Formats: sequence, C-alpha cells, structure tokens
Amino acid sequence: MDKYVCQLCGYVYDPMLGDPDSGIAPGTPFESLPENWVCPICGASKDDFQKE
Amino acid sequence: MTFAIKNNISWVGKIDWELRKFHGEEYSTHHGSSYNSYLIRDEKTVLIDTVWGKFSNEFVENLQKEVNLDQIDFIIINHAESDHSGSLPELMRHIPDTPIYCTSSGIDIINGHYHKDWNFNPVKTGDKLNLGSKDIVFIEAKMLHWPDSMMSYLTKDNILFSNDAFGQHLASELMYNDLVDQCELFREAIKYYANILTPFSSLVDKKIREVLALNVPVDMICPSHGVLWRKDPLQIVTKYAQWASGQAENQITVAYDSMWEGTRHMAEAIVQGISKEDPSVGVKLFNIARSDKNDLITEIFRSKAILIGSPTINNGILSSVAAILEEIKGLRFKNKKAAAFGCYGWSGESVRIISERLTESGFSLLNAGLKEKWSPGSEAIEHCLRFGQEVALQVKGP
Repeated sequence: MDKYVCQLCGYVYDPMLGDPDSGIAPGTPFESLPENWVCPICGASKDDFQKE
Repeated sequence: MTFAIKNNISWVGKIDWELRKFHGEEYSTHHGSSYNSYLIRDEKTVLIDTVWGKFSNEFVENLQKEVNLDQIDFIIINHAESDHSGSLPELMRHIPDTPIYCTSSGIDIINGHYHKDWNFNPVKTGDKLNLGSKDIVFIEAKMLHWPDSMMSYLTKDNILFSNDAFGQHLASELMYNDLVDQCELFREAIKYYANILTPFSSLVDKKIREVLALNVPVDMICPSHGVLWRKDPLQIVTKYAQWASGQAENQITVAYDSMWEGTRHMAEAIVQGISKEDPSVGVKLFNIARSDKNDLITEIFRSKAILIGSPTINNGILSSVAAILEEIKGLRFKNKKAAAFGCYGWSGESVRIISERLTESGFSLLNAGLKEKWSPGSEAIEHCLRFGQEVALQVKGP
C-alpha cells in the first residue's frame, strides 16, 4: 500500500495508520478513502495528494 | 487611536508606519502595514485578534481607553501567527480567565508560542457564539494560510472578519478601500496573494465557493492587515477567485543576474526579440540581485512565462538566482511556461541547472535554453533576439 503526500501542507497519509480522527481505520488504502475525505492538517481534498 | 466601524464595532489595532520588512527580512513592506484588531460590543463584548507582540503595551493601553478590560467576555483568535496573537500574553496578564475561541490547531499553535494554560474553546465551521442580539459564526480556512486560520462572520452587521485573507500590507490613516490610492491598494493586495497564498490557490478557490454558497450578505470585509473593504467588498473576493484560477496576464518576465555584463546583454537582446515578435505582450526585465524579491515574485505571478538567466560560476549558478528559484519552487505556481539562458566561460552548467529547477517547480519548459560563450558578440546577440522571438511566438500560441 502506497503512502500519499498532501501537496499543500506536506502531510503524509500512511495507509498502515489510517486517519482515526476522521474515522479511517488503520489498513485503509488511499484509493479506498471516501471522496469527501480531506487532509486532516490542511483540509485539502484527495485530488491534492500525490503518491510518495 | 481607535475608530468606530459601524454601530458598536471599533477598530482597536495598530498601524505600523515604519515597517519595511515583515516575517523577519522575508517580505518587503514598502508602505508599512497595520495589525487590525476589532472590538464588538453587544450584550456581550468580544475582541477579535490582537496585534504583534512588540506593540503589546501600546495595544493594551489603547484598548483600555476604549473598554474596561474586565468587560471583555470573549477573545477570538482567527489566526495564531505572532502578528495577531503576539499581544495575548500582555492582555491575558490583565484578564487571565477570559475564554479564547480559536480552532483546535490554533490552540496548539498558541500553546507552542506562549506556553500558558489559558481558557481555550475550540471551534469549527458553523459553530456560533451568541453575543445577545447578534451571533459570530466561525468558518475554518485551513492553510489559508496556516493550519489554524479561520474567519468570523458577524450576523446582522454582515461583516466578515477574514484575518489574513483579503489583507494588504498598507499603512494608511484612511483605513477604507474607497479612500486610499487604488493603485497602491491593489499592488499590495496582489503582492500579498502572490507571495503568501499562491501555494494554496486550490484551497482559495474551494473556500470562496464554500463561502459564496452560504449566500449570506457581506456588507464589509475586515481583514487583519491594511484597509477595510466597505465599498463593493466582494470586489476583492472576485480578484482572489481570478488569482486562484492561475490565469496569468499577458506578460513575460525576464530575470537574470550577471557578473561581467554578458548575461545582462543576453537578457536585453532577448527582451527586444520578444517585443519585436509580439508588441502586445507586456515584457519586464529585472536584475534579480538588484530587485526587491517580493516585487519580482509578484511580477512572476502575473506572467504567463518567465525566462531566468545566470552565468555559470563554479559549475553552478549565482546565489541570487538560486535564491529566487528556491522561492519560486515553494510557491508552486501553476500553468506557467519558462526557459533558461546565460553565458559561460568554460564549463557552462547554468542553463541546465536552471532548466532542471524550473521543471521541478512545475513550469513547462519552452525550450532547452540558450547559452553563449564569454561575452556575447554580434552573432550571439542575434541568437538572443531570435530566442526572444521564438519564446514570444510560443507564448502567444496559435
């Protein structure tokens, strides 16, 4: 599973960790994140992420 | 100095007339700036933002002339950067238990700066603070331009306290957009956008659409720097939407540095070639080392294409050129074209290095660049003229 980097603030989405504060369980691949998921640091949308 | 904006709303900030550099030495402020703080008196009294810490004594003394500090019921910190939160320690020394409303990220940042156990109340988009006859509605604006940034909207008076968004570094006793020199105002507004907000343009676009979709009346926009937008306040929102779209003006900026004038001669010939091919395109020429960095960034922001020139030194490029390329990379410009040029004596790496950095920074290269050996003679100048003409043709498009 690939990590993805937010192009706006530099936050790295690590699928092993998920994003529990936004209800995303550890082990969730980036591709499976809901389309309305946003970067927990800066609010950027999935479109603003690139593969690390 | 304080003044009434409307009903029971007062400006209680600080005009910084002598400021010439902001963010340390990072941002030039030819016209000074102001740190805008606002006091709203309804059944409850609320203070929105403070001013830079170096003015904290003046700020608190000034505020005391306007209101008994014990009567302040709430403090809103729209953004925790030092120029807006810096007077909190002095203010809180007088009123240590007053609740502070900010985003959860704002709490982290304030704690990270001042390390005090204040009465924090985190807020999110849509949360309301009732002042009696009116409400404050909070709108988060993450990364516009820090993770904690937010705006506060005052109902009934229809005022958006936008913090750094829509601000300008402009000191003026006149304090309203319709009273100041319009050229100065918009020059400072675009400079602010270009130098601070460019990397977050996709968020700016999204946020503007979100705020407009709320369909609430906006009679005034009160930013945290510069003058207040009261005449046609949405004009600056329209400008931001245009700037965020990445649509450039019909302009090409040529910027270079030079040691023994060779690269300067190249730059001047390139500019002539551009103008000859397309007299309608605005073309601007700057010596990077001798120009104000932030003004140059603003010209790059306005341009469809940029040409960057450096001679080769020690198998590399001049440090002034490296510095502006670093700045350009961080600002993540979109939809811009670029090319490199420069003269050299023996190794000649500068054009390749500049081209690589421009590519890394998201610019699409117009060509492989132009390098000329030693000081350009008439044949080399002819190459430069042609280079300029070709660039102008490509930028103009079919």
